Amino acid sequence: MKIDKNTINKIARLSRIKLDDKESEDYINDLNSILDWVEQLNEVNTANVEPLSNISSSILPKREDVSKDANSSEEILENAPDKLEGFFAVPKVVE
Amino acid sequence: MSKLSLKQTLKDLDTKKISIRELNQDYLKRIKEKENLNVFIHFSEENVLKQIDKLEKDDSPKKLKGIPIAIKDLFCTKSMPTTAASKILKNFNPTYESFVTQKLLDEGSIFVGKTNLDEFAMGSATNTSFFGNTINPLSKEDEPLAPGGSSGGSAAAVAADLCLGATGTDTGGSIRQPASFCGVVGIKPTYGLCSRWGIAAFASSLDQAGIFSHNVEDASILLQSIAGFDQRDSTSAKVDIPNYFENLDDDLNGKTVGIPKEYSIDGIPMEISQIWEDAIKILEKKGVKIKNISLPHTKYALPTYYIIAPAEASSNLARYDGVKYGFRSDEIDSLDEMYENTRAQGFGREVKRRILIGTYVLSAGYYDAYYLKAQKVRKLISDDFNKAFKECDFIVTPTAPSAAFPLNEKQNDPIKMYLNDVFTVPASLAGLPGISIPFGEDKNNLPLGIQILGKHFDEQQVFNVATSLERSYE
Repeated sequence: MKIDKNTINKIARLSRIKLDDKESEDYINDLNSILDWVEQLNEVNTANVEPLSNISSSILPKREDVSKDANSSEEILENAPDKLEGFFAVPKVVE
Repeated sequence: MSKLSLKQTLKDLDTKKISIRELNQDYLKRIKEKENLNVFIHFSEENVLKQIDKLEKDDSPKKLKGIPIAIKDLFCTKSMPTTAASKILKNFNPTYESFVTQKLLDEGSIFVGKTNLDEFAMGSATNTSFFGNTINPLSKEDEPLAPGGSSGGSAAAVAADLCLGATGTDTGGSIRQPASFCGVVGIKPTYGLCSRWGIAAFASSLDQAGIFSHNVEDASILLQSIAGFDQRDSTSAKVDIPNYFENLDDDLNGKTVGIPKEYSIDGIPMEISQIWEDAIKILEKKGVKIKNISLPHTKYALPTYYIIAPAEASSNLARYDGVKYGFRSDEIDSLDEMYENTRAQGFGREVKRRILIGTYVLSAGYYDAYYLKAQKVRKLISDDFNKAFKECDFIVTPTAPSAAFPLNEKQNDPIKMYLNDVFTVPASLAGLPGISIPFGEDKNNLPLGIQILGKHFDEQQVFNVATSLERSYE
């Protein structure tokens, strides 16, 4: 078993998702069965194979390096759950 | 079928046989009649009427003037909320317009509403949406069927004739599979053909926008309208967009079709093998050479996809933290608590599952074994296609391993659910264009689909084959 209670807690923490005990149990099972299934990739010999990260066959186009002032802070804040004087507001982090 | 085609409607509008208002009133009426299908997450009659008013005052010629189009609720739209079918974006009102929807607006189309999908496009049945299931319009009364997914709402909107076309996105099959389930045409173009700007990201190296329509001609018209270069998407391709519709040519004489032997898999219903053979026979009669090809790494495409897609998703979905937009939990004693509770309460089960698996395969100590390994196998899958396309002009396969399944079919086993994408995922990993067209029926009279795959940016060939098969089937 690759994923145990400790591992799921660690991943959940890294993902910033709180899980209750029942959920943890479910995800331990799900993730283990998915990981067992993807294990079949080990059958494939990938020695000397370059990883493919960008499938786009076109060359990354360059653009002119000019700055623009969109002056859009109001728009950016429009959907914020909490804002204060032109900033996003979050719970206090320093005492 | 009595459904109007886009091509015919454009003519009728042009010759004033019908007005923009009359046309759209007709669609509005049907949308209200079919509310039970739960096709739309957002629909507002008032908003549609406003768009009609505006267009009536506009004298400039526009290619899609007055055409009712449905938009998958993954595209940011200024005039309507955008939720990605997630609680975490329940109240999100974009302040900008996606590239694809802006193009459609510039052409004068009317947005009838935002269609339902699997939450963040993660699913194959439109059953992971925070806003409930969409029902396949082809369902019999006693047994509701799934429309496929993730773009199930858009596929259903076209199938129920609630619009003349719809946008979708396809990451591993999310346009082609629902098109097959709902008996409509669905095209996923080459990766990079349509800008991803303004589409809520799922797996950025795979996500691609596309089109649903009643027939291939209509799809060729609409795809041209949403394609094009955009500097705000770094993977957007600088290629010329042909007039696919004008160039449609159903003469396939002398072309070569590749038939991959690895797509004959165990447990596929007989009817699906049958329609595949029927399609090949029709092509042969049209003078197409049949070439048996091999794509040897096909069986590894699904496990490769289910490492790469969740990995990218876990990174993309990190932005939903309750700070900048969307839902924020009430339980916020500290900043960390706020993040953890917001994401726990805001995301559904399948999305959390994929974030967790993605985080795991990217985490220290596992990156090489899973993510890097998957990227290497992806290279081999892509090489398989490149080799095959030296011997053939296009590839024909079934679209999905089944017809539409019952909505209530228990999907407890994630791997079983993932198998829905078995025929569509390989081309996604290779970034190739693919179309699904309705082709035959199963024993319960449910539609089945045939998939045509082409070379990178050879959408024209894909459309040509599709239109040729469509015409000989009718």
